[in-house]
Amino acid sequence: MKTEPINEMKLVFPSSSSNEGFARAAVAAFAAQLDPTVDEISDIRTAVSEAVTNCIVHAYRDTIGKIEILMRLYEGGKLVIQVKDKGCGMEDVEKAMEPLFTTGGEERAGLGFAVMESFMNRLHVTSRPGKGTCVTMEKRLVGRSGYGR
Amino acid sequence: MAVQLQLKQGELIALLEGEIDHHSARELREEIDSTASRTRPHTLTLDFSRVQFMDSSGVGLIMGRYRLASEWGGQVCVANLPERLEKLVSLAGIRELCTVVRTEEEEK
Repeated sequence: MKTEPINEMKLVFPSSSSNEGFARAAVAAFAAQLDPTVDEISDIRTAVSEAVTNCIVHAYRDTIGKIEILMRLYEGGKLVIQVKDKGCGMEDVEKAMEPLFTTGGEERAGLGFAVMESFMNRLHVTSRPGKGTCVTMEKRLVGRSGYGR
Repeated sequence: MAVQLQLKQGELIALLEGEIDHHSARELREEIDSTASRTRPHTLTLDFSRVQFMDSSGVGLIMGRYRLASEWGGQVCVANLPERLEKLVSLAGIRELCTVVRTEEEEK
């Protein structure tokens, strides 16, 4: 049986790099209703920043497209964040997810997926060349009140 | 995001301030590099004490400056890393490239 989220929100914005800070802040605001710890919020902000940067740097490399973030909150403190684009997609998701692999040039560390993986509890990536990419991340929040414990 | 640059006895100190992401990293990089390439410091110190947030773009910033300073045999030093950035810096293995130090507390 599929559980219904207790709250959900969708955010759509253009892939300009100036929106990176806004995307982090919006997701952090959504997560705030679970009374997360400073560390939990910091992990979420960092992971979202990586996912959104991937859309800007890779998916819509020479163009501006739409980035969609879907946030869902479930009973017990489970937060699911989906970051979707309709950009160039990837041939080889596994290769792209290898730490230090990057096609972003010298100034990119190639750590985006590694950060998402280690800062969140679950990471799932689907991609189709020419169609786009969907990154799903999940985090169980214990929160300051211990709500999700 | 802003950076204050200070040259002291052949050491270039870059005091970074604010949030480092893909968006802000470019401007920081340009400012640091234009001064660093001109002054060729023996040590380029990146001071993170006033950085509130950074993602892997900050790691890219450190690695890129490491490569730049290597061109003239200089080293990069990462100073005053806030505790919340520790996880990211460990994951990236920055300590294998740079010294990570804590300089004296600055006055508020």
